[in-house]
Amino acid sequence: MLNNHPKLKELKFTASRIFKDPSAIIGFSLIAVFIVIAIGAPYFAPPKWESRPYIMPHKGFSRMPEPPSKEHILGTTSGQYDIYYGIIWGTRTAFRVGLVVVGFSLVIGVAVGTIAGYFGGIVDEIIMRLVDVVLALPYLVLVMAFIVALGKGLDNVILAIAVIQWRNYARVMRASILTLRDLDYVHASKLMGISHLKIMLTHIIPNGIFPVLVIGFMDIGSIVITASFLSFLGLGAPLGYADWGQMVAMARDHIIGPPGNPMQYWHAILIPGGVMILFVLAWNLIGDALRDAFDPKVRRT
Amino acid sequence: MAKVIEIKDVNTNFYTYEGIIKALDSVSLTIDHGSTFGLVGESGCGKSVTARSIMRIVQEPGKIESGKILFYPDPNKNGEGVDLLQKPESYMRDLRGDKISMIFQEPNSALNPIFTIGFQISESLLFHRKKELCQSVVDDLGKTGNGLFIPLSALLKKIYEIGARNPEALLLGLFSRIPILKRWDRLLKKKALNRSIELIDDLGIPNPQEVVKLYPHNLSGGMKQRVVIAIALACHPVLLIADEATSNLDVTIQAQILNLLKELKKKEISSVLLITHDLGVVAHTCDRVGVMYAGQLCEVADVRDIFENPRHPYTSALLGSVPKLLQKKTLQSIEGNVPNLVNPPEGCRFHPRCQYKTDICSEKAPPMEEVGTNHSVACYHHLSG
Repeated sequence: MLNNHPKLKELKFTASRIFKDPSAIIGFSLIAVFIVIAIGAPYFAPPKWESRPYIMPHKGFSRMPEPPSKEHILGTTSGQYDIYYGIIWGTRTAFRVGLVVVGFSLVIGVAVGTIAGYFGGIVDEIIMRLVDVVLALPYLVLVMAFIVALGKGLDNVILAIAVIQWRNYARVMRASILTLRDLDYVHASKLMGISHLKIMLTHIIPNGIFPVLVIGFMDIGSIVITASFLSFLGLGAPLGYADWGQMVAMARDHIIGPPGNPMQYWHAILIPGGVMILFVLAWNLIGDALRDAFDPKVRRT
Repeated sequence: MAKVIEIKDVNTNFYTYEGIIKALDSVSLTIDHGSTFGLVGESGCGKSVTARSIMRIVQEPGKIESGKILFYPDPNKNGEGVDLLQKPESYMRDLRGDKISMIFQEPNSALNPIFTIGFQISESLLFHRKKELCQSVVDDLGKTGNGLFIPLSALLKKIYEIGARNPEALLLGLFSRIPILKRWDRLLKKKALNRSIELIDDLGIPNPQEVVKLYPHNLSGGMKQRVVIAIALACHPVLLIADEATSNLDVTIQAQILNLLKELKKKEISSVLLITHDLGVVAHTCDRVGVMYAGQLCEVADVRDIFENPRHPYTSALLGSVPKLLQKKTLQSIEGNVPNLVNPPEGCRFHPRCQYKTDICSEKAPPMEEVGTNHSVACYHHLSG
């Protein structure tokens, strides 16, 4: 009985569709590794101060990064912060930034886009012109303005990006709803006297949400980059906070080593940068795979 | 013969940017119990608007202005007709899909891709036939050996008895909100699903037990159209409106569906209003035919009369433009275009394209007059038989 349930069958098909794709397998395995690191962070790198696990421990204040040694497996970066510790706990930061921002802005974007597309007319006009206003402002400048207004800190970075990120989702959601709202089954449910909210929840959103979901998944990676960039500028996490962007920022004076040995500080820039690239790559591969699996046009070919 | 529906002087207007479109201009027709009425005409002549006016589902910015739509819900008893235009929306809601139902043209947009076929067919049953379904569940529970734990069976029986008395009972609504008790209607849904399996089995879909678990994209166009028909037939309607139900299907499936409709009419439903622009379909299925032109009905007759003895110049021109199997000459076409209904021509609306026109045609609209047995025409110069 349970095996034959149609929803389960579709889910199985979707899963098999996803896992036939080699790039999807790479993406999902990478994310699985990151998830394991994030969950097991206290075991992989026991924090020095129990109450403040996100603060990277550092011995000394020397500006020169130290190469990998027995004590610091991946070496230290400028200010003697332990790179290994930063990478492990920075994974949690990356997930937090990516998932919270995308989750939050998806909720806003889907709600706004659905209301605009479903009701149409004057409601649509007002909402979409507001979205246009938000869209007209340059992305990073707006984020920075919000952070300046709200104050520094990771939570404010998350809030600032989420407050702007929803504009893309609202547009995409509205576009897919414009074609859905005039279908016969939507008219039929209206005639049956079903409330607007229920029509939106049962008929409109489940049918139109997939494009937005795929974009959202792909954005998780790029939002981590944006947050890192803000940390790089010194607007994000406080000094010493385990955050990949900040670690790259710390190493920015040591991209090229002293004359004669340009690769001396390679670990300081390459390791946090490389981890970040892998994280973004993983989400992009997953986004691609989900698009192939959810798009009804290519799904069964 | 008993009537099922009688439409009297219905006017439907669309208030658009360009002006008022008079989509229906005093259309009157009567459909008898047990007959198939075919409505033919060019695109945009008001066939679908007629059907939608009957169901009162004319879309914005359209509005039914005046007229009467008398519906006789019990065709066997000679009761009074109900004027659908005077009834509140809640009455129509109970009527649609139950006594009058409609097969839509586009099965792809009529079916929601995220629900299973079984769910979508049983939805109509659950909406209109909850009482009967509850009663039949109670009957089932009354039998011994239904496989349920005895106290549970007794409890469920009590719940369904409430449902059988009043399907909108407050208590049941309350139950549906409590997480564990929410599932009380499981047996009800199962019952509805079994009915849907029977329904699509009757429509000649192979493997109905499997098909109800599928999603619309798993089915072909013809199968989907059958599912849409099954939804329309679920509650055994008195009047079935088929709005171009077979227009975008290929001919073999079209023939299957039309034969199906013919067969169903014999045992299940009482009358059909068939809307089409395909005269072959009309000849195959209909008993009576109405020809529409530019929002007006111009000829109504029995199907033989229309084909053998068309009286209105438009009807005969329409028949002349159908290719025939042994055609030697060039195919005739009707000169000109359908008039813009914002500013329809004065007098007879067909006169600018008519080869028999005289002065009176452009001055006064011809009234509908009886010219033979059950044959009426709106034309001053109707062709002699």
